[in-house]
Amino acid sequence: MTVTTRPPTAAEQATPGPSSRRPRRRRRSALGSRAAYAYVAPFFVLFAAFSLYPFIYTAWVSLHEVNLSNPDQMKWTGFGNYTKLLHNEFFWNALKNTITIGIISTVPQLCMALGLAHLLNYKLRGRMFFRVAMLMPFATSIVASTLIFAQLFGRDYGLLNWVLQEVGLHRIDWTSGHWTSQIAISAIVTWRWTGFNTLIYLAGMQSIPTDLYEASTIDGASRWQQFRHVTIPGLRATIMFTVVISTIGATQLFGEPLLFAGDGKTTGGASHQFQTLGLLMYQQGWTNFHLGQAAATAWMIFLVIIIVVLINAGLARGRTRGET
Amino acid sequence: MARRSVLEGGRVAYTILILTALISVLPLYWTTVIASHSNNEMARTPPPFWPNANIFHNIRLALDQAPIMKSLVNSLIVSSCIALGTTLFCTLSGFAFAKLNFRGRRSLMAFTIATICVPTQLSIIPLFILVAKLHWVNHLQAVILPTLVSAFGVFFMRQFLVQAVPTELLEAGWVDGASTFRIFRSIVLPIARPAMAVLAMLTFLMAWNDFFWPIVALTTQNPTVQVALAGLGTGYVPQQSIIMAGTLVGTVPVLIVFAILGRQIVGGIMQGAIKG
Repeated sequence: MTVTTRPPTAAEQATPGPSSRRPRRRRRSALGSRAAYAYVAPFFVLFAAFSLYPFIYTAWVSLHEVNLSNPDQMKWTGFGNYTKLLHNEFFWNALKNTITIGIISTVPQLCMALGLAHLLNYKLRGRMFFRVAMLMPFATSIVASTLIFAQLFGRDYGLLNWVLQEVGLHRIDWTSGHWTSQIAISAIVTWRWTGFNTLIYLAGMQSIPTDLYEASTIDGASRWQQFRHVTIPGLRATIMFTVVISTIGATQLFGEPLLFAGDGKTTGGASHQFQTLGLLMYQQGWTNFHLGQAAATAWMIFLVIIIVVLINAGLARGRTRGET
Repeated sequence: MARRSVLEGGRVAYTILILTALISVLPLYWTTVIASHSNNEMARTPPPFWPNANIFHNIRLALDQAPIMKSLVNSLIVSSCIALGTTLFCTLSGFAFAKLNFRGRRSLMAFTIATICVPTQLSIIPLFILVAKLHWVNHLQAVILPTLVSAFGVFFMRQFLVQAVPTELLEAGWVDGASTFRIFRSIVLPIARPAMAVLAMLTFLMAWNDFFWPIVALTTQNPTVQVALAGLGTGYVPQQSIIMAGTLVGTVPVLIVFAILGRQIVGGIMQGAIKG
Protein backbone atom coordinates (compact mmCIF):
# COMPACT_ATOMS: atom_id res chain seq x y z
CA MET A 1 0.00 0.00 0.00
CA THR A 2 2.67 2.43 1.00
CA VAL A 3 4.72 1.72 -2.11
CA THR A 4 1.83 2.30 -4.50
CA THR A 5 0.96 5.66 -3.03
CA ARG A 6 3.71 7.53 -4.85
CA PRO A 7 2.59 7.16 -8.49
CA PRO A 8 -1.01 8.32 -7.91
CA THR A 9 0.38 11.46 -6.28
CA ALA A 10 2.20 12.41 -9.44
CA ALA A 11 -0.77 11.41 -11.59
CA GLU A 12 -3.05 13.51 -9.47
CA GLN A 13 -0.91 16.58 -9.89
CA ALA A 14 -0.94 16.07 -13.64
CA THR A 15 -4.72 15.74 -13.87
CA PRO A 16 -6.43 18.19 -11.59
CA GLY A 17 -10.18 18.27 -11.36
CA PRO A 18 -12.86 16.01 -9.98
CA SER A 19 -10.85 12.88 -10.67
CA SER A 20 -8.32 13.89 -8.03
CA ARG A 21 -10.80 13.10 -5.28
CA ARG A 22 -10.39 9.36 -5.21
CA PRO A 23 -6.63 9.07 -4.98
CA ARG A 24 -6.62 11.55 -2.12
CA ARG A 25 -8.96 9.43 -0.08
CA ARG A 26 -6.80 6.43 -0.68
CA ARG A 27 -3.69 8.34 0.30
CA ARG A 28 -5.23 9.36 3.55
CA SER A 29 -6.04 5.82 4.49
CA ALA A 30 -2.39 5.05 4.03
CA LEU A 31 -1.68 7.07 7.13
CA GLY A 32 -2.05 4.98 10.25
CA SER A 33 -5.63 4.22 11.08
CA ARG A 34 -5.32 2.38 14.33
CA ALA A 35 -2.71 4.81 15.64
CA ALA A 36 -5.22 7.63 15.18
CA TYR A 37 -7.21 6.45 18.18
CA ALA A 38 -4.17 6.94 20.38
CA TYR A 39 -4.06 10.58 19.30
CA VAL A 40 -7.70 11.36 20.02
CA ALA A 41 -7.75 9.22 23.17
CA PRO A 42 -6.43 11.77 25.70
CA PHE A 43 -9.02 14.29 24.61
CA PHE A 44 -11.92 11.87 24.65
CA VAL A 45 -10.95 10.18 27.92
CA LEU A 46 -10.78 13.51 29.72
CA PHE A 47 -13.87 14.64 27.88
CA ALA A 48 -15.84 11.55 28.85
CA ALA A 49 -14.76 11.82 32.48
CA PHE A 50 -15.34 15.53 33.01
CA SER A 51 -18.02 16.48 30.48
CA LEU A 52 -19.96 13.49 29.18
CA TYR A 53 -20.34 11.60 32.44
CA PRO A 54 -21.36 14.75 34.36
CA PHE A 55 -23.79 15.61 31.59
CA ILE A 56 -25.66 12.33 32.00
CA TYR A 57 -25.27 12.20 35.77
CA THR A 58 -26.86 15.65 36.04
CA ALA A 59 -29.95 14.21 34.37
CA TRP A 60 -29.94 11.39 36.92
CA VAL A 61 -29.54 13.82 39.84
CA SER A 62 -32.38 15.95 38.50
CA LEU A 63 -34.75 13.01 39.05
CA HIS A 64 -33.86 12.81 42.76
CA GLU A 65 -34.00 14.76 45.94
CA VAL A 66 -30.36 15.33 46.85
CA ASN A 67 -28.86 17.51 49.54
CA LEU A 68 -25.52 19.20 48.98
CA SER A 69 -24.31 18.22 52.46
CA ASN A 70 -24.92 14.53 51.81
CA PRO A 71 -24.95 13.88 48.07
CA ASP A 72 -24.76 10.08 48.50
CA GLN A 73 -28.30 9.94 49.79
CA MET A 74 -30.57 10.21 46.77
CA LYS A 75 -34.34 9.97 46.98
CA TRP A 76 -36.16 9.19 43.75
CA THR A 77 -38.79 11.78 42.83
CA GLY A 78 -39.23 11.17 39.11
CA PHE A 79 -40.07 14.41 37.40
CA GLY A 80 -40.92 16.05 40.72
CA ASN A 81 -38.12 18.58 40.45
CA TYR A 82 -39.30 19.65 37.02
CA THR A 83 -42.97 20.06 37.98
CA LYS A 84 -41.85 22.00 41.05
CA LEU A 85 -39.74 24.19 38.81
CA LEU A 86 -42.59 24.89 36.41
CA HIS A 87 -44.74 26.01 39.35
CA ASN A 88 -41.98 28.16 40.78
CA GLU A 89 -42.48 31.86 40.11
CA PHE A 90 -38.74 32.48 40.54
CA PHE A 91 -37.99 30.10 37.69
CA TRP A 92 -40.25 32.05 35.33
CA ASN A 93 -38.85 35.30 36.64
CA ALA A 94 -35.28 34.10 36.01
CA LEU A 95 -36.20 32.85 32.55
CA LYS A 96 -37.73 36.22 31.68
CA ASN A 97 -34.69 38.07 33.04
CA THR A 98 -32.32 35.83 31.12
CA ILE A 99 -34.20 36.56 27.91
CA THR A 100 -34.43 40.32 28.41
CA ILE A 101 -30.81 40.71 29.55
CA GLY A 102 -29.82 38.44 26.68
CA ILE A 103 -31.55 40.70 24.16
CA ILE A 104 -30.36 44.00 25.68
CA SER A 105 -26.78 42.75 25.80
CA THR A 106 -26.54 40.88 22.51
CA VAL A 107 -28.40 42.96 19.93
CA PRO A 108 -26.68 46.37 20.45
CA GLN A 109 -23.36 44.62 20.97
CA LEU A 110 -23.42 42.79 17.65
CA CYS A 111 -24.70 45.86 15.75
CA MET A 112 -21.90 47.99 17.19
CA ALA A 113 -19.33 45.30 16.46
CA LEU A 114 -20.49 45.19 12.85
CA GLY A 115 -20.16 48.96 12.48
CA LEU A 116 -16.77 49.07 14.20
CA ALA A 117 -15.43 46.24 12.07
CA HIS A 118 -16.54 48.15 8.98
CA LEU A 119 -14.54 51.17 10.17
CA LEU A 120 -11.50 49.06 11.08
CA ASN A 121 -11.59 47.61 7.58
CA TYR A 122 -10.59 50.99 6.13
CA LYS A 123 -6.96 51.85 5.59
CA LEU A 124 -6.03 53.30 8.96
CA ARG A 125 -3.01 54.46 10.84
CA GLY A 126 -2.43 52.57 14.07
CA ARG A 127 -5.01 49.93 13.33
CA MET A 128 -3.17 47.35 15.44
CA PHE A 129 -3.46 49.80 18.35
CA PHE A 130 -7.22 50.07 17.86
CA ARG A 131 -7.61 46.30 17.66
CA VAL A 132 -5.61 45.61 20.81
CA ALA A 133 -7.32 48.45 22.72
CA MET A 134 -10.74 47.10 21.78
CA LEU A 135 -9.79 43.64 23.00
CA MET A 136 -8.63 44.92 26.40
CA PRO A 137 -12.10 44.41 27.97
CA PHE A 138 -12.12 40.80 26.72
CA ALA A 139 -8.87 40.22 28.63
CA THR A 140 -10.41 41.68 31.79
CA SER A 141 -12.16 38.97 33.80
CA ILE A 142 -15.89 38.89 34.49
CA VAL A 143 -15.17 39.38 38.18
CA ALA A 144 -12.93 42.42 37.71
CA SER A 145 -15.16 44.09 35.14
CA THR A 146 -18.29 43.52 37.23
CA LEU A 147 -16.64 44.98 40.34
CA ILE A 148 -15.49 47.98 38.28
CA PHE A 149 -18.87 48.53 36.64
CA ALA A 150 -20.63 48.21 40.00
CA GLN A 151 -18.56 51.27 40.94
CA LEU A 152 -19.34 53.15 37.73
CA PHE A 153 -23.04 52.48 38.26
CA GLY A 154 -22.87 53.17 42.01
CA ARG A 155 -25.71 55.20 43.48
CA ASP A 156 -23.66 57.53 45.67
CA TYR A 157 -20.14 57.76 44.20
CA GLY A 158 -20.72 56.39 40.71
CA LEU A 159 -19.18 58.22 37.76
CA LEU A 160 -22.33 57.72 35.71
CA ASN A 161 -24.61 59.34 38.25
CA TRP A 162 -22.21 62.27 38.50
CA VAL A 163 -22.43 62.74 34.72
CA LEU A 164 -26.24 62.47 34.84
CA GLN A 165 -26.34 65.11 37.55
CA GLU A 166 -24.02 67.42 35.59
CA VAL A 167 -26.28 67.15 32.56
CA GLY A 168 -29.20 68.12 34.78
CA LEU A 169 -30.84 64.71 35.17
CA HIS A 170 -31.64 62.76 38.31
CA ARG A 171 -29.30 60.30 39.95
CA ILE A 172 -30.44 56.73 39.39
CA ASP A 173 -30.37 53.86 41.86
CA TRP A 174 -29.20 51.46 39.17
CA THR A 175 -29.08 48.27 41.28
CA SER A 176 -32.57 48.40 42.74
CA GLY A 177 -34.53 49.16 39.57
CA HIS A 178 -35.79 46.36 37.34
CA TRP A 179 -34.75 47.78 33.98
CA THR A 180 -31.87 49.92 35.23
CA SER A 181 -30.15 46.91 36.83
CA GLN A 182 -30.66 44.81 33.71
CA ILE A 183 -29.26 47.60 31.55
CA ALA A 184 -26.23 47.93 33.82
CA ILE A 185 -25.53 44.18 33.66
CA SER A 186 -25.98 44.22 29.89
CA ALA A 187 -23.49 47.09 29.73
CA ILE A 188 -20.87 44.86 31.38
CA VAL A 189 -21.48 42.07 28.87
CA THR A 190 -21.45 44.52 25.97
CA TRP A 191 -18.24 46.17 27.17
CA ARG A 192 -16.46 42.83 27.50
CA TRP A 193 -17.54 41.26 24.21
CA THR A 194 -17.95 44.01 21.60
CA GLY A 195 -14.24 44.12 20.71
CA PHE A 196 -14.05 40.35 20.40
CA ASN A 197 -16.98 40.21 18.00
CA THR A 198 -15.56 43.19 16.08
CA LEU A 199 -12.42 41.16 15.35
CA ILE A 200 -14.48 38.18 14.22
CA TYR A 201 -16.45 40.40 11.82
CA LEU A 202 -13.27 42.12 10.64
CA ALA A 203 -11.75 38.75 9.79
CA GLY A 204 -14.88 37.89 7.82
CA MET A 205 -14.81 41.22 5.99
CA GLN A 206 -11.21 40.80 4.99
CA SER A 207 -12.06 37.60 3.19
CA ILE A 208 -14.58 39.46 0.99
CA PRO A 209 -12.77 40.18 -2.31
CA THR A 210 -11.82 43.86 -2.81
CA ASP A 211 -12.98 43.87 -6.45
CA LEU A 212 -16.56 43.70 -5.21
CA TYR A 213 -16.02 47.05 -3.50
CA GLU A 214 -14.21 48.50 -6.51
CA ALA A 215 -16.96 47.39 -8.87
CA SER A 216 -19.65 48.88 -6.63
CA THR A 217 -17.72 52.18 -6.45
CA ILE A 218 -17.63 52.34 -10.24
CA ASP A 219 -21.37 51.76 -10.20
CA GLY A 220 -21.65 54.80 -7.94
CA ALA A 221 -22.58 53.06 -4.71
CA SER A 222 -22.27 55.08 -1.52
CA ARG A 223 -20.42 53.71 1.52
CA TRP A 224 -23.70 52.87 3.20
CA GLN A 225 -24.91 51.02 0.09
CA GLN A 226 -21.64 49.11 -0.02
CA PHE A 227 -22.05 48.18 3.61
CA ARG A 228 -25.60 46.93 3.02
CA HIS A 229 -25.21 45.20 -0.32
CA VAL A 230 -21.62 43.94 -0.28
CA THR A 231 -20.47 43.61 3.33
CA ILE A 232 -23.56 42.20 5.05
CA PRO A 233 -24.29 39.45 2.48
CA GLY A 234 -20.63 38.45 2.52
CA LEU A 235 -20.73 38.07 6.29
CA ARG A 236 -23.85 35.93 6.60
CA ALA A 237 -22.07 32.84 7.96
CA THR A 238 -19.94 34.90 10.35
CA ILE A 239 -23.00 36.72 11.69
CA MET A 240 -24.74 33.38 12.27
CA PHE A 241 -21.70 32.16 14.20
CA THR A 242 -21.54 35.22 16.48
CA VAL A 243 -25.29 35.18 17.12
CA VAL A 244 -25.18 31.54 18.21
CA ILE A 245 -22.08 31.98 20.37
CA SER A 246 -23.44 35.14 22.06
CA THR A 247 -26.83 33.65 22.77
CA ILE A 248 -25.23 30.54 24.27
CA GLY A 249 -23.15 32.84 26.46
CA ALA A 250 -26.15 34.98 27.41
CA THR A 251 -28.18 31.93 28.45
CA GLN A 252 -25.49 30.90 30.93
CA LEU A 253 -24.99 34.37 32.42
CA PHE A 254 -23.90 33.92 36.04
CA GLY A 255 -20.92 35.89 37.33
CA GLU A 256 -22.17 39.35 36.39
CA PRO A 257 -25.54 39.16 38.22
CA LEU A 258 -23.93 37.41 41.20
CA LEU A 259 -21.31 40.09 41.77
CA PHE A 260 -23.26 43.11 40.59
CA ALA A 261 -25.45 42.87 43.71
CA GLY A 262 -22.36 43.64 45.79
CA ASP A 263 -23.49 41.69 48.86
CA GLY A 264 -22.71 38.19 47.65
CA LYS A 265 -26.37 37.19 47.74
CA THR A 266 -27.61 34.82 45.07
CA THR A 267 -31.11 36.28 44.73
CA GLY A 268 -30.12 38.76 42.01
CA GLY A 269 -31.33 41.86 43.80
CA ALA A 270 -33.85 42.39 46.61
CA SER A 271 -36.82 41.56 44.37
CA HIS A 272 -34.92 39.09 42.15
CA GLN A 273 -34.92 41.81 39.48
CA PHE A 274 -31.75 40.57 37.82
CA GLN A 275 -31.62 36.91 38.80
CA THR A 276 -30.75 34.85 35.73
CA LEU A 277 -31.23 31.10 35.22
CA GLY A 278 -27.52 30.53 35.85
CA LEU A 279 -27.72 32.38 39.14
CA LEU A 280 -30.98 30.65 40.16
CA MET A 281 -29.32 27.29 39.61
CA TYR A 282 -26.41 28.33 41.83
CA GLN A 283 -28.81 29.57 44.49
CA GLN A 284 -30.75 26.29 44.50
CA GLY A 285 -27.59 24.21 44.72
CA TRP A 286 -25.18 26.18 46.83
CA THR A 287 -27.35 28.48 48.93
CA ASN A 288 -30.37 26.21 49.45
CA PHE A 289 -28.46 22.89 49.11
CA HIS A 290 -31.09 21.36 46.77
CA LEU A 291 -28.88 19.70 44.17
CA GLY A 292 -31.82 17.94 42.51
CA GLN A 293 -33.57 21.23 41.91
CA ALA A 294 -30.36 22.78 40.62
CA ALA A 295 -29.83 19.86 38.24
CA ALA A 296 -33.34 20.28 36.86
CA THR A 297 -32.67 23.99 36.30
CA ALA A 298 -29.38 23.14 34.54
CA TRP A 299 -31.27 20.92 32.13
CA MET A 300 -33.80 23.69 31.51
CA ILE A 301 -30.89 26.01 30.64
CA PHE A 302 -29.68 23.42 28.13
CA LEU A 303 -33.20 23.18 26.72
CA VAL A 304 -33.33 26.97 26.26
CA ILE A 305 -29.98 26.88 24.44
CA ILE A 306 -31.19 24.13 22.10
CA ILE A 307 -34.36 26.09 21.32
CA VAL A 308 -32.37 29.27 20.63
CA VAL A 309 -29.89 27.45 18.38
CA LEU A 310 -32.72 25.78 16.47
CA ILE A 311 -34.51 29.11 16.00
CA ASN A 312 -31.28 30.63 14.69
CA ALA A 313 -30.71 27.75 12.32
CA GLY A 314 -34.29 28.01 11.12
CA LEU A 315 -34.00 31.75 10.53
CA ALA A 316 -30.75 31.32 8.61
CA ARG A 317 -32.24 28.59 6.43
CA GLY A 318 -35.39 30.61 5.74
CA ARG A 319 -33.32 33.62 4.73
CA THR A 320 -31.03 31.79 2.33
CA ARG A 321 -34.04 30.10 0.76
CA GLY A 322 -35.70 33.46 0.32
CA GLU A 323 -32.65 34.74 -1.55
CA THR A 324 -32.12 31.96 -4.02
CA MET B 1 -6.27 55.77 -6.89
CA ALA B 2 -9.95 55.00 -6.93
CA ARG B 3 -9.27 52.18 -4.54
CA ARG B 4 -7.64 54.43 -2.00
CA SER B 5 -10.58 56.80 -1.93
CA VAL B 6 -12.89 53.88 -1.18
CA LEU B 7 -10.89 52.24 1.52
CA GLU B 8 -9.24 55.18 3.24
CA GLY B 9 -10.70 55.91 6.66
CA GLY B 10 -12.17 59.38 7.05
CA ARG B 11 -12.18 61.72 10.03
CA VAL B 12 -15.47 60.27 11.27
CA ALA B 13 -13.99 56.78 11.28
CA TYR B 14 -11.02 57.94 13.38
CA THR B 15 -13.25 59.81 15.84
CA ILE B 16 -15.51 56.82 16.43
CA LEU B 17 -12.58 54.42 16.76
CA ILE B 18 -10.72 56.66 19.19
CA LEU B 19 -13.89 57.01 21.26
CA THR B 20 -14.33 53.23 21.30
CA ALA B 21 -10.73 52.72 22.34
CA LEU B 22 -11.28 55.25 25.15
CA ILE B 23 -14.43 53.49 26.35
CA SER B 24 -12.54 50.20 26.29
CA VAL B 25 -9.77 51.51 28.51
CA LEU B 26 -11.54 54.17 30.62
CA PRO B 27 -13.10 51.80 33.19
CA LEU B 28 -9.63 50.41 33.90
CA TYR B 29 -8.24 53.91 34.34
CA TRP B 30 -11.15 54.84 36.59
CA THR B 31 -10.29 51.85 38.76
CA THR B 32 -6.92 53.45 39.55
CA VAL B 33 -8.72 56.70 40.45
CA ILE B 34 -11.12 54.99 42.88
CA ALA B 35 -8.27 52.92 44.28
CA SER B 36 -6.51 56.16 45.26
CA HIS B 37 -9.38 57.90 47.03
CA SER B 38 -11.62 57.33 50.03
CA ASN B 39 -15.41 57.10 49.73
CA ASN B 40 -15.76 60.68 50.96
CA GLU B 41 -13.32 62.02 48.41
CA MET B 42 -15.13 60.19 45.62
CA ALA B 43 -18.46 61.68 46.74
CA ARG B 44 -17.28 65.24 46.09
CA THR B 45 -18.50 67.19 43.07
CA PRO B 46 -16.66 67.15 40.82
CA PRO B 47 -15.03 63.84 41.78
CA PRO B 48 -11.23 63.55 41.57
CA PHE B 49 -10.01 62.59 38.11
CA TRP B 50 -6.43 61.51 38.80
CA PRO B 51 -4.89 58.64 40.73
CA ASN B 52 -2.34 59.46 43.44
CA ALA B 53 0.20 57.77 45.70
CA ASN B 54 -2.49 56.63 48.17
CA ILE B 55 -3.06 53.78 45.80
CA PHE B 56 -0.03 51.94 47.22
CA HIS B 57 -1.34 52.26 50.76
CA ASN B 58 -4.71 50.92 49.62
CA ILE B 59 -3.08 48.05 47.76
CA ARG B 60 -1.36 47.08 50.99
CA LEU B 61 -4.71 47.17 52.81
CA ALA B 62 -6.27 45.02 50.09
CA LEU B 63 -3.48 42.46 50.39
CA ASP B 64 -4.24 42.24 54.12
CA GLN B 65 -7.96 41.78 53.46
CA ALA B 66 -7.74 39.03 50.85
CA PRO B 67 -5.10 36.41 49.96
CA ILE B 68 -4.39 38.06 46.62
CA MET B 69 -0.69 37.21 46.42
CA LYS B 70 -1.41 33.55 47.09
CA SER B 71 -4.21 33.65 44.53
CA LEU B 72 -1.86 35.10 41.89
CA VAL B 73 0.53 32.18 42.37
CA ASN B 74 -2.39 29.72 42.32
CA SER B 75 -3.80 31.23 39.15
CA LEU B 76 -0.40 31.10 37.50
CA ILE B 77 -0.09 27.38 38.31
CA VAL B 78 -3.67 26.56 37.30
CA SER B 79 -3.65 28.55 34.07
CA SER B 80 -0.22 27.28 32.97
CA CYS B 81 -1.19 23.64 33.55
CA ILE B 82 -4.48 24.10 31.70
CA ALA B 83 -2.83 25.96 28.81
CA LEU B 84 -0.09 23.33 28.42
CA GLY B 85 -2.43 20.35 28.72
CA THR B 86 -5.10 21.75 26.45
CA THR B 87 -2.59 22.71 23.77
CA LEU B 88 -0.92 19.32 23.83
CA PHE B 89 -4.11 17.22 23.82
CA CYS B 90 -5.84 19.43 21.27
CA THR B 91 -2.85 19.33 18.91
CA LEU B 92 -2.73 15.53 19.14
CA SER B 93 -6.40 15.06 18.35
CA GLY B 94 -6.47 18.00 15.93
CA PHE B 95 -3.74 16.22 13.96
CA ALA B 96 -5.66 12.96 13.94
CA PHE B 97 -8.86 14.68 12.80
CA ALA B 98 -7.01 16.63 10.12
CA LYS B 99 -4.67 14.07 8.60
CA LEU B 100 -5.34 10.52 9.77
CA ASN B 101 -8.06 8.31 8.47
CA PHE B 102 -9.97 6.31 11.02
CA ARG B 103 -13.41 4.93 11.50
CA GLY B 104 -15.85 7.39 13.03
CA ARG B 105 -13.68 10.39 12.31
CA ARG B 106 -16.47 12.49 10.92
CA SER B 107 -19.05 11.67 13.58
CA LEU B 108 -16.55 12.17 16.41
CA MET B 109 -15.64 15.60 15.02
CA ALA B 110 -19.30 16.61 14.66
CA PHE B 111 -19.91 15.38 18.20
CA THR B 112 -16.99 17.45 19.49
CA ILE B 113 -18.31 20.61 17.83
CA ALA B 114 -21.84 20.00 19.14
CA THR B 115 -20.55 19.91 22.72
CA ILE B 116 -19.82 23.64 22.50
CA CYS B 117 -23.58 24.10 23.07
CA VAL B 118 -23.51 22.30 26.42
CA PRO B 119 -23.57 24.85 29.27
CA THR B 120 -21.16 24.74 32.20
CA GLN B 121 -24.15 24.39 34.50
CA LEU B 122 -24.73 20.85 33.24
CA SER B 123 -21.42 19.51 34.48
CA ILE B 124 -20.98 21.35 37.74
CA ILE B 125 -23.12 19.22 40.10
CA PRO B 126 -21.57 15.80 39.36
CA LEU B 127 -18.12 17.34 39.25
CA PHE B 128 -18.67 18.85 42.66
CA ILE B 129 -19.89 15.51 44.06
CA LEU B 130 -16.85 13.79 42.53
CA VAL B 131 -14.41 16.37 43.84
CA ALA B 132 -15.98 16.22 47.29
CA LYS B 133 -15.63 12.42 47.35
CA LEU B 134 -11.97 12.64 46.38
CA HIS B 135 -11.48 15.31 49.09
CA TRP B 136 -10.23 17.70 46.41
CA VAL B 137 -12.33 20.68 47.43
CA ASN B 138 -9.95 23.60 47.88
CA HIS B 139 -7.17 21.79 46.01
CA LEU B 140 -5.91 23.17 42.71
CA GLN B 141 -6.18 19.87 40.84
CA ALA B 142 -9.95 20.13 41.26
CA VAL B 143 -9.85 23.15 38.95
CA ILE B 144 -7.11 21.94 36.61
CA LEU B 145 -8.27 18.43 35.69
CA PRO B 146 -11.83 19.11 34.47
CA THR B 147 -10.66 22.07 32.36
CA LEU B 148 -7.81 20.24 30.64
CA VAL B 149 -9.50 19.82 27.27
CA SER B 150 -11.48 22.11 25.02
CA ALA B 151 -13.68 21.29 22.06
CA PHE B 152 -12.87 24.68 20.59
CA GLY B 153 -9.15 23.87 20.81
CA VAL B 154 -9.54 20.61 18.90
CA PHE B 155 -11.49 22.39 16.20
CA PHE B 156 -8.99 25.26 16.06
CA MET B 157 -5.98 22.93 15.68
CA ARG B 158 -7.75 20.75 13.12
CA GLN B 159 -8.61 23.74 10.94
CA PHE B 160 -5.03 24.95 11.09
CA LEU B 161 -3.38 21.59 10.42
CA VAL B 162 -5.66 20.65 7.51
CA GLN B 163 -4.23 23.55 5.53
CA ALA B 164 -0.78 24.01 7.00
CA VAL B 165 0.58 20.44 6.81
CA PRO B 166 1.03 19.13 3.25
CA THR B 167 -0.16 15.53 3.07
CA GLU B 168 2.66 14.74 0.62
CA LEU B 169 5.17 15.52 3.33
CA LEU B 170 3.54 13.07 5.73
CA GLU B 171 3.48 10.42 3.03
CA ALA B 172 7.15 10.90 2.31
CA GLY B 173 7.84 10.21 5.96
CA TRP B 174 5.53 7.23 5.89
CA VAL B 175 7.30 5.78 2.83
CA ASP B 176 10.63 6.21 4.56
CA GLY B 177 9.28 3.98 7.27
CA ALA B 178 8.85 6.55 10.02
CA SER B 179 6.28 5.80 12.70
CA THR B 180 3.22 8.03 13.01
CA PHE B 181 4.59 9.41 16.23
CA ARG B 182 7.91 10.21 14.59
CA ILE B 183 6.04 11.99 11.79
CA PHE B 184 4.03 13.89 14.36
CA ARG B 185 7.11 14.95 16.26
CA SER B 186 9.41 15.93 13.43
CA ILE B 187 6.97 17.17 10.76
CA VAL B 188 3.67 18.19 12.35
CA LEU B 189 4.87 19.79 15.59
CA PRO B 190 7.25 22.33 13.99
CA ILE B 191 4.55 23.42 11.54
CA ALA B 192 1.88 23.57 14.25
CA ARG B 193 3.96 25.71 16.61
CA PRO B 194 2.48 29.15 15.78
CA ALA B 195 -1.10 27.89 16.11
CA MET B 196 -0.18 26.10 19.34
CA ALA B 197 1.22 29.34 20.73
CA VAL B 198 -2.01 31.18 19.93
CA LEU B 199 -4.15 28.41 21.44
CA ALA B 200 -1.97 28.36 24.55
CA MET B 201 -2.31 32.13 25.00
CA LEU B 202 -6.08 32.08 24.53
CA THR B 203 -6.48 29.09 26.85
CA PHE B 204 -4.30 30.72 29.49
CA LEU B 205 -6.44 33.87 29.34
CA MET B 206 -9.69 31.88 29.55
CA ALA B 207 -8.38 29.80 32.47
CA TRP B 208 -7.13 32.91 34.28
CA ASN B 209 -10.54 34.55 33.93
CA ASP B 210 -12.64 31.46 34.59
CA PHE B 211 -15.02 31.92 37.50
CA PHE B 212 -17.99 29.54 37.73
CA TRP B 213 -16.26 26.23 38.39
CA PRO B 214 -13.45 27.73 40.55
CA ILE B 215 -15.97 29.46 42.86
CA VAL B 216 -17.71 26.10 43.33
CA ALA B 217 -14.56 24.02 43.80
CA LEU B 218 -12.43 26.44 45.82
CA THR B 219 -12.92 28.75 48.79
CA THR B 220 -11.09 31.92 49.74
CA GLN B 221 -8.68 29.77 51.78
CA ASN B 222 -6.94 28.56 48.62
CA PRO B 223 -8.36 30.72 45.83
CA THR B 224 -7.58 31.58 42.27
CA VAL B 225 -7.47 35.30 41.49
CA GLN B 226 -11.13 35.44 40.49
CA VAL B 227 -12.29 33.65 43.64
CA ALA B 228 -10.17 35.95 45.82
CA LEU B 229 -11.50 39.07 44.08
CA ALA B 230 -15.09 37.86 44.33
CA GLY B 231 -14.54 37.31 48.05
CA LEU B 232 -13.11 40.80 48.40
CA GLY B 233 -15.94 42.36 46.40
CA THR B 234 -18.76 40.67 48.32
CA GLY B 235 -17.23 40.65 51.78
CA TYR B 236 -17.37 43.45 54.30
CA VAL B 237 -14.88 46.11 53.23
CA PRO B 238 -15.40 49.64 54.53
CA GLN B 239 -13.78 51.47 51.62
CA GLN B 240 -14.44 50.95 47.92
CA SER B 241 -10.85 51.98 47.28
CA ILE B 242 -9.65 48.72 48.84
CA ILE B 243 -11.83 46.59 46.57
CA MET B 244 -10.61 48.50 43.53
CA ALA B 245 -6.98 48.31 44.64
CA GLY B 246 -7.32 44.54 44.99
CA THR B 247 -9.02 44.31 41.60
CA LEU B 248 -6.07 46.15 40.08
CA VAL B 249 -3.48 43.82 41.61
CA GLY B 250 -5.42 40.80 40.38
CA THR B 251 -6.01 42.16 36.89
CA VAL B 252 -3.02 44.23 35.85
CA PRO B 253 -0.51 41.35 35.50
CA VAL B 254 -2.60 39.58 32.90
CA LEU B 255 -3.39 42.87 31.13
CA ILE B 256 0.33 43.67 30.81
CA VAL B 257 1.00 40.26 29.30
CA PHE B 258 -1.98 40.81 27.04
CA ALA B 259 -0.70 44.21 25.90
CA ILE B 260 2.66 42.66 25.02
CA LEU B 261 1.18 39.68 23.17
CA GLY B 262 -1.86 41.60 21.93
CA ARG B 263 -0.82 41.49 18.29
CA GLN B 264 -0.52 37.69 18.32
CA ILE B 265 -3.77 37.20 20.22
CA VAL B 266 -5.64 39.49 17.82
CA GLY B 267 -4.13 37.56 14.91
CA GLY B 268 -5.10 34.25 16.47
CA ILE B 269 -8.72 35.22 17.05
CA MET B 270 -9.05 36.52 13.50
CA GLN B 271 -7.36 33.44 12.08
CA GLY B 272 -9.71 31.16 14.00
CA ALA B 273 -12.67 33.19 12.77
CA ILE B 274 -11.89 32.86 9.06
CA LYS B 275 -11.40 29.15 9.27
CA GLY B 276 -14.38 28.65 11.54
